[in-house]
Amino acid sequence: MKRIYSGEKTFITPIIRPIETGLYKLSGIDESSEMNWKTYGIAFTLFTFTGIAVLFLIQLLQNLLPFNPQGFAGVKWDSALNTAISFATNTNWQGYGGENTMSYFTQMIGLTVQNFLSAGAGMAAGVALIRGFMRKESETIGNFWVDLSRSVLYILFPLSILTSVILMSQGVVQSFQQYITAETLEGGRQLIPLGPAASQIATKQLGTNGGGFFSVNSAYPFENPTFISNLMENISILIIPIGFVFMFGSMINNKKQGRAIFLTMTLLFLAGLAIMLWSENSINPVINDSGIAYTHNMEGKETRFGVMWSALWSQSTTATSNGSVNSMHDSYMPLSGMVQLFNMGIGEVIYGGAGVGFAGFIFYIILSMFIAGLMVGRTPEFLGKKLGPREMTISVTALLLPMITAVLLSAIAVSSESGLSGLNNKSAHGLSEILYAYFSTAGNNGSAFAGLNSNTLFYNLTLSAALLAGRFATVIPALAIAGSLAVKKTVPDSSASFPTTGILFIVIVSGVIIIMGALTFFPVITLGPFLEHLFMKQGVLF
Amino acid sequence: MKQLRITVLCLFLYTLFCGVIYPLTVTGIGYLFFRDKAGGSIIIKEGRVIGSELIGQLFIGPGFFHGRPSSVYYDSSSSGGSNLGQTNDKFISGIIKIAGINRNEYGMKNNEIIPSDLLFSSASGLDPHISVEAALLQCESIASARNINTDRIVALVGKYSERQLSYYGTRHVNVLKLNIELDGLEVKK
Repeated sequence: MKRIYSGEKTFITPIIRPIETGLYKLSGIDESSEMNWKTYGIAFTLFTFTGIAVLFLIQLLQNLLPFNPQGFAGVKWDSALNTAISFATNTNWQGYGGENTMSYFTQMIGLTVQNFLSAGAGMAAGVALIRGFMRKESETIGNFWVDLSRSVLYILFPLSILTSVILMSQGVVQSFQQYITAETLEGGRQLIPLGPAASQIATKQLGTNGGGFFSVNSAYPFENPTFISNLMENISILIIPIGFVFMFGSMINNKKQGRAIFLTMTLLFLAGLAIMLWSENSINPVINDSGIAYTHNMEGKETRFGVMWSALWSQSTTATSNGSVNSMHDSYMPLSGMVQLFNMGIGEVIYGGAGVGFAGFIFYIILSMFIAGLMVGRTPEFLGKKLGPREMTISVTALLLPMITAVLLSAIAVSSESGLSGLNNKSAHGLSEILYAYFSTAGNNGSAFAGLNSNTLFYNLTLSAALLAGRFATVIPALAIAGSLAVKKTVPDSSASFPTTGILFIVIVSGVIIIMGALTFFPVITLGPFLEHLFMKQGVLF
Repeated sequence: MKQLRITVLCLFLYTLFCGVIYPLTVTGIGYLFFRDKAGGSIIIKEGRVIGSELIGQLFIGPGFFHGRPSSVYYDSSSSGGSNLGQTNDKFISGIIKIAGINRNEYGMKNNEIIPSDLLFSSASGLDPHISVEAALLQCESIASARNINTDRIVALVGKYSERQLSYYGTRHVNVLKLNIELDGLEVKK
């Protein structure tokens, strides 16, 4: 990946390079020119909003467009707007059900394309941030268009082809045929949906997108039919985010740094997974007290994955910003729900989204270095770059803004009629449903406590606001920091510098992440999943 | 202005590449190498489509293996789980009802452990599998409904038992495949 972004040769260069140069020629991109952070940001913003506009129109007009064998009508404007923003911001929150709303044309030309592009744009922003650390006294941080095409053409495209072929071999559908009507063994009728699913699912997993082809996402047998396809899709969620961390180490010529960041993330990842596994393998005392003996919670889980692989997926998808699911998060035990909310609440920095998750983690590092610097009374620095008030302000804004948006919008939802009417569950779990929706959209995750009926005017619009806040409040600050760091000189490491590759670093950064989380959203999480846990222990039902 | 022009052109070209060339390439590969699987693993018997190997069907009558509880009654064009939380009244009363039905149909004692997959509904509502324990539990009642020796049905479960990987994981059976074979068994006392 490092070689790709710096334009060096790799084994796929001979095939991809002609496509890349063709793209530059046709669209008038000057490959050798570089951008400062503002131009980079403008290009990113323009690209995102144009993508939103096009996707919005495709959905509205899908009844007039080809490849619509089921004759689906145009999507309602508020739902179309929400979906367009959601896919273009790499969130893929879905208020609709794929198999009964979207035509093949929309899925392919609209959604699959944004699966690639939103991921590519996020990765570009991540690379630009890394350049901020690499460069000395430089005004520029790279070229958005070049970084985008390298992400899409060299990384996402080949991996997607490979993944979709493996998925098809397991039984994921890829077909333009009409839905098939079957006469079942007992004499009923079953309408079996098809579509170009494999190609879309591959990108959805790799690009931390997460928007399913079918309504229940990767729990749908055609989207994830076997244990092997499940393994493959789960690895695809993690591979690019983890690759980014190691690429960072390699690009700044400090592999130890990459490893230290990876270890910190893995520590938090495993802690969450452990809580979830323990909690899913425990039993609900209310059911037990009704005289029913059982061993583990299978509500909303598929037999072929079982508890273990459902929980692993659930942890992977909320820790990164993927948001695809292979089980229904709404029916997890309350404490598992708390872990999912925590993962998203801290901004999905445990591995994180393609490119942007890494950026989020850098914000936490800057904050940690600042705190560590204060403790010993030294100017904070990271990788030889002195961190000033400007970097601090930007980082804190980037960390707080999405969360504040999410908490505020949740507050509006719980105090309004239109917010409460979407609930599928009452009391504490209902609050969790609403919180989950806004945490997920503000964190650009896209998974859901799917019981919440969010395909209403109120939710479509407020969630859209959260989506935009989450995306731009991460990417623009990341670019701004990249810009201000690139200009700075590098100061050589001295014996007084804080070592950023050791255990102390890992402990401090993890600590800061947890404390930040506690300060921003623990109170409200206490009223949601934690309270529900206590209710469950007491046998109080709603 | 220059950036806007690039944006529009770029978006168009990427759409062509990622939205047309890429899915068509994948479809082509699927058509050449995995025609059945990419086409939905459809099972055809005597010229009729009876379903897909991967998608569960609703079985309620006696004499068939029953799949997992489904909150969409195995409607594959509208997939979904119950999405009920653990402290929801509806959830608990639903579970109590299902437990009662299970005990009744399979002659279970009150304190016997009910396999979790028979108690709780699946995520997609289309889960094609049940655990081997859940299948074995049903053998006796199927045997008496079909007037077939129980041992033959138990053997059938053994034949269709699969694991997550060859040497790893929980054991489960595909309900539809099992029932198709069951339907083919001749009655022999």
